[in-house]
Amino acid sequence: MIVRIMGEGQVEIAPDDIDVLNALDSELEAAIDSGDEAVFRAKLHALLDKVRHVGKALPADSLEPSELILPPADASMDEVRDMLGDSGLIPG
Amino acid sequence: MSVMKRLSMIFKSKANKALDRMEDPRETLDYSYQRQLELLQKVRRGVADVATSRKRVELQINGLKQKADKLEEQGRKALGVGREDLAREALTRRSAIQSQMAELQVQHDNLQAEEEKLTLASQRLQAKVDSFRTKKETIKATYTAAEAQTRINEAFSGISEEMGDVGLAIQRAEDKTAQMQARAGAIDELLASGALDDFSGSRGDDIQAELDRLGGGRDVELELERMKAELGQGPARREAIEAGQPGQTGQPSQAAQTGQAPPPQAPPTQQYRQPGEGL
Repeated sequence: MIVRIMGEGQVEIAPDDIDVLNALDSELEAAIDSGDEAVFRAKLHALLDKVRHVGKALPADSLEPSELILPPADASMDEVRDMLGDSGLIPG
Repeated sequence: MSVMKRLSMIFKSKANKALDRMEDPRETLDYSYQRQLELLQKVRRGVADVATSRKRVELQINGLKQKADKLEEQGRKALGVGREDLAREALTRRSAIQSQMAELQVQHDNLQAEEEKLTLASQRLQAKVDSFRTKKETIKATYTAAEAQTRINEAFSGISEEMGDVGLAIQRAEDKTAQMQARAGAIDELLASGALDDFSGSRGDDIQAELDRLGGGRDVELELERMKAELGQGPARREAIEAGQPGQTGQPSQAAQTGQAPPPQAPPTQQYRQPGEGL
């Protein structure tokens, strides 16, 4: 499965590693719902670190779309909310 | 729904909307390629802009460092002539400048990180644009409009995702640099207007003026004493003059204690920190 970390690029994730990413993703979502920036930051970084750790970088010239996309590491909680709200934050 | 999945769907829906706008899918290829080239230009300009901001902050840090060094030197000289009050003032001002330098250093590091990120983003985008161009030519040469559709969708959604990502990265970098430039502009104005000099020496460069006055005063006094001795107006004075010559060991603590003692008793060579002066 191809995963993109925004601002960093795409990686390939083995099927066995998807479950743990989904668990971290749920924690991230809960953090956004709770509105705690510090928890959000910790969960976002935990998820990103895991993706970086288990992922294998795709070649730069690959044109594959990603199945999962993650916000950039320095994104604030509000920025991520805006991205998810499809309020036109993502250009294109 | 999952954050990762939702974001991915948002990107995909943007790509699909763009595809739907085109009558002939092959038109999409050329149109998209033009936009990719524009974005490449934009991201390169972004890298250059961030680099300019970074260099500006570097210059400011250097400017502040010179002021801090000057104040340290003044503090040392002030101590040398026994003016602990002046030395303390100089070091207080230096410390204020140093905390400003520390803030600028953080900004500098942020800009440098941003610059590296954008540089990498532009390299990735370049590789994908090259790859897209090849694919586009193959598709146009080989397939009819109907057949081409699926392949175009594949190539397009991949590059569209990259473009959305890079586009957002540029926006964020621009926002960050705009904030920093506003701050940097304020500091440039301060440096140019001499207001920082005032801050680093409020009442003009009064520390230097005081030191000059003290130093000059001593020279005058010494010269006077020397002249008097030559004219034989008091041989007893000669010892005092010699005690004040450079290279002689005086009694350093005496100068500090007596403050504005008569110049011949404060040896000019004594200029470094004294024990117990709290520095």
